[in-house]
Amino acid sequence: MDANVWLPVLVLGLPFASFVLLAVVAPLRRAGGAAGAVSIAAIAPAFLVAVLVWGEGLGSEATWSWIPADEGPTATVGLLVDPLSNAMLVLVTLVSLLVQIYSLAYLHDERPASLGRYYTFQSLFAFSMLGLVLSPSFIQMFVFWELVGLCSYLLIGYWYTRPTAARAAVKAFWITKLGDLGFVIGIVMLWSATGTFEFRALFAKAQEHALAIEGLGTIMFLVYLGAVGKSAQFPLHVWLPDAMEGPTPVSALIHAATMVTAGVFMVTRAQPLFVLVPAVLALIGWVGAFTALLAATMACVESDIKRVLAYSTVSQLGYMMAAAGAGAPYASFLHLLTHGLFKALLFLAAGAVIHAVGTNDIFRMGGLFRAMPQTGVVFIVGTLALAGLPPLAGFFSKEAILAGVWEADMTGPFLMLALTALLTAFYMFRVVFVAFFGRAPAAGHPHEPSWTMRGPLWVLAALTVLVGIRLAIGSVGEHHGPGWLPPLSVAAALGGIVLAWAAYQRGALDPGRLAATFPFSVVDVLARRRYGLDALYAGLYRSFILGFSRLIGWIDRYLVDGLLNFLSAWTLRGGDLLRRIQSGHAQDYVYGVAFGVLLLLIWSQWWPR
Amino acid sequence: MSLTAYLTLAALVFAIGLFGVLTRRNAIGILLGIELMLNAVNINLVAFARFHGDLLGLVFTLFTIAITVAEVALGLAIVIVIFRVRRTVEADRLDLLRG
Amino acid sequence: MTLPVLSLITWSPFVGALLIMFTARHRPLAVRLIAAVTTGVSSLGALWIYVVYDREAAGFQFYEKFPLVPPLGISYELGVDGISLLLVLLTSVIIVAGVFASWTITVRSQEFYALLLALVTGVFGVFVTLDLFVFFLFYELAVLPMYLLIGVWGSSGEIRPRGIFAWAYRETGVGTKEYAAMKLTLYLLFGSAFILVGIFALYVNAGASSFSFVDLEGVSFAPAVQRWVFLAFYVGFGVLAGIWPLHTWSPDGHASAPTAVSMLHAGVLMKLGAYGVVRMGMGLLPGGAAELAWLMGTVACVNIVYGALSAMAQTDLKYVVAYSSVSHMGIVMLGAATLTETGLNGSVFQMFAHGVMTGLFFALVGLVYEKAHSREIGKMGGFGAVMPGIATAFTVGSLSSLGLPATAGFIAELLTFLGAWRSDHRWWLFPAVAGTFLTAVYVLRVAKQIFWGPPSPHFHHLEDARGPEWVALVLLVAVLVLFGMVPGLAITPVDTATLPLLARIVGF
Repeated sequence: MDANVWLPVLVLGLPFASFVLLAVVAPLRRAGGAAGAVSIAAIAPAFLVAVLVWGEGLGSEATWSWIPADEGPTATVGLLVDPLSNAMLVLVTLVSLLVQIYSLAYLHDERPASLGRYYTFQSLFAFSMLGLVLSPSFIQMFVFWELVGLCSYLLIGYWYTRPTAARAAVKAFWITKLGDLGFVIGIVMLWSATGTFEFRALFAKAQEHALAIEGLGTIMFLVYLGAVGKSAQFPLHVWLPDAMEGPTPVSALIHAATMVTAGVFMVTRAQPLFVLVPAVLALIGWVGAFTALLAATMACVESDIKRVLAYSTVSQLGYMMAAAGAGAPYASFLHLLTHGLFKALLFLAAGAVIHAVGTNDIFRMGGLFRAMPQTGVVFIVGTLALAGLPPLAGFFSKEAILAGVWEADMTGPFLMLALTALLTAFYMFRVVFVAFFGRAPAAGHPHEPSWTMRGPLWVLAALTVLVGIRLAIGSVGEHHGPGWLPPLSVAAALGGIVLAWAAYQRGALDPGRLAATFPFSVVDVLARRRYGLDALYAGLYRSFILGFSRLIGWIDRYLVDGLLNFLSAWTLRGGDLLRRIQSGHAQDYVYGVAFGVLLLLIWSQWWPR
Repeated sequence: MSLTAYLTLAALVFAIGLFGVLTRRNAIGILLGIELMLNAVNINLVAFARFHGDLLGLVFTLFTIAITVAEVALGLAIVIVIFRVRRTVEADRLDLLRG
Repeated sequence: MTLPVLSLITWSPFVGALLIMFTARHRPLAVRLIAAVTTGVSSLGALWIYVVYDREAAGFQFYEKFPLVPPLGISYELGVDGISLLLVLLTSVIIVAGVFASWTITVRSQEFYALLLALVTGVFGVFVTLDLFVFFLFYELAVLPMYLLIGVWGSSGEIRPRGIFAWAYRETGVGTKEYAAMKLTLYLLFGSAFILVGIFALYVNAGASSFSFVDLEGVSFAPAVQRWVFLAFYVGFGVLAGIWPLHTWSPDGHASAPTAVSMLHAGVLMKLGAYGVVRMGMGLLPGGAAELAWLMGTVACVNIVYGALSAMAQTDLKYVVAYSSVSHMGIVMLGAATLTETGLNGSVFQMFAHGVMTGLFFALVGLVYEKAHSREIGKMGGFGAVMPGIATAFTVGSLSSLGLPATAGFIAELLTFLGAWRSDHRWWLFPAVAGTFLTAVYVLRVAKQIFWGPPSPHFHHLEDARGPEWVALVLLVAVLVLFGMVPGLAITPVDTATLPLLARIVGF
């Protein structure tokens, strides 16, 4: 095998080896810190190799038979190494590495056995996510897609004795699974129509216009449903905010930087297929933009710092999807990468804050900048990047998206996204002003975290800046939007910042009164109730699924089985009646015999022949 | 004498035996009734053997007599055991087999 | 002369049963060791034939035959193809795990193990026999000991008489183990009556000269015979496979049965029903299969959704697992009904996957019950902290149950889905997929209730699995994951058997 293949295999294999080692060797896992060391020792070289693969620009494809069948395998596994997957390899291994180092300090109070479990799951996640980005076929992507979902479930429920965490884990699994139903039906249909799961074969057919399948639109829509669940698009976004019950490093890695972007990655990967069905693509764009706006409004009224970030993630995923839907996968993917960096940074910084003050509520924080200036600086760097101010990374990717959507003539989504840009700056700076510069006394004893936590923060902050500068000086962007776009984008961000400053720092605007005035009051009320979606799902689950199941259970127990018991009870009763004949007196039986013989005699004598 | 006379005698003995089996309350009486019925059969067999000139009927009769003896011995033994256990041989009160 | 390995596999547990009855009175350890050794011999045999089975050649291998009743054409004829190969392997895995999982049984352990081993001989016999008459004998041997095993060693639950038939519930004693044992036995005998009629119908129609499967396979039966005998086999074997609405013996029976018996019954015996439908129904009556596939598939879809919803409604842990079997057997029957290569492979794969998975589930439920002395899901909570091993194994089982990739359940379900969409009845795909979601709902809900959350105040001094129990759990989990990651292990041999089967059906 040449380096094109075995280097990516090495990236994939290291975390897998670490997972198997930790899963099988129980004493090592229960040692806690040692398990962390093993996991980090596996992911660190994987990161270096990933950088090598990316830097060298390797490209290859290799597949092996997985599910055999008579005429060639039904499904294959393998690797697809191209610029898309290379960039993802670097992002995934980098954030994994930083998060795993950060977790050593963040979770140092945990029992060793729990910590070992944590690192086992982390290794499994790293492996699964890498497997996903290297997938050469829909089926392998689905396999790893489900596996990252499993890791998400297990890690959200890391503190499994907390009822809220248990509920959030299960909810996340169910809601994403709902989307995955569409995904699996879609690929099953696609396979039936084309006989293959492999991207290369499918793309080749698409290029030759040989993919004129009846119902391709339906198929691609169903496949997209998988992305709706995984990438938290409306209306299946409700699991992501709840997923914040997991440890903060998990939120940073899985629910911000990597796993939730799998949907965007999939749409990007399968772009040649999606472009064949413009209606679905338009739908993706509209839903993405709508999700972005909806989530941004919810972030504005949230007071839990992690949940603000979660809604912001939903919102940014909407951005990416909107770009993918507008036919600008490049912009979408760029934003995926930059967002992965600065959102991980924000989460980890938020984790440092939570670690210090012991609460998630921003209104119980305040003046943290003085107590933890380094954390404050990196948080602000992340916030500026998210708000989209130059020259940070977020500005360029966001501008590329806006340009892409504008050029696709999708005015509606463009307006929604522009408004979202304003809101993004507003809600993020709301957090900054309240938590870091607020006058309220902070809970706990805020202090700067240890270097194990600060290191990853600085690395990510530096990368956010460096990538931004690289994007500024290089002509990496393919899309150059209209000239008025960058000023508009910056103006929106600044507007949001000023608004937040006025409301939460200066006190010139009373946010409470603002929220009570007409157009805002409706949004405020709805957003605080999460637009009723959570309640809707809970109601559907309780009344429809559980209610229906109770009905079926009752029918099975008391009607289907009841009929059987009815028959058997009547059999018993019949036996009971017949039993009376059996008197136990031998003479009665002789009477019977004699009478029977008499009847036979009569019959034989007088029966007409 | 004609065959009919023998058969009539046998039928009478059988009927008397059956009547005894059906009406006696004492287990020994029932056994005696059974004996009468068996002997009625013997009369039939012997009569047919005599009138058909076939010795097979006599052979059967011998078998029946031997079996009857065994049966009476067994039956009486059972009656005695029942009497020991239940202190009665009244057929009405022996209904252990009631369903 | 070569070693008659199939006979060895089949009769080794029976010899064990005899040894236990005659030599091990009042020596519980000896009983367990004999059981472990004799089932171990069977398992090694099963593993050996699995390894050396010629995957290039189709047809029956390890063939043995000698005549029993030559005038009637009855002979002792053994052989395995890819399908039975996998199921023999499944049986050996489950019985070894079952022996270890019931290591702690104390009441009349001698008789318990003797009956269990006799039953296993019946199961092995069914899978390897090629003579329909002997097949039926083994089939009854596999079904009947169940009555005693449940009636004597089972446990009773409580079911409130309700609905319009409430009086019937009071009269039949619904909920007791005696009721469950009687119901299961009568139901399965009801099924075997159909099977017996079917077998004799084929025998007579083929000229009354041979009961051999191989001979009968060569006969082309008239369409009416095909239709009615297939229906008889479908109903007869279907009872054991838990087809709706003849499934209600399964929840009561499995809930009342002791651990090893539930494992074996849900894990293997239900497969025996499905195997019967595939081997005898589809194998001997291709025309009937083609004609009645719509019925099989539609009922299977009902099974999948209805079983899952029923499982969701249960409050007793064992009933949840039992109903999940009803649901998963639907996948088996659906895969077979698709009459496609992928679907049929998925069906056989699901027989294996579900066997191992439900074996694991029942072993775990048994362990939880043994430690907590309760099966009420509502009262449990937070067990994960005190029994992490059991919780982990339960999670793996749950994931396989809901068809998560990297477990055997995924491969089975995926293949069945693929087959369903390629079959003549495409809509089968949707209930099947919906079933996986419903499974995710009830399985994770139960796992959350039992193992997650704060520790329940109702229980004290709980502990994790111990010694021999680990053998069962690790074995089953390992098999689930191994076959999920390397499906070729099972599909390569199975494919050699399903292709000729399909060729006959399609050719008909």
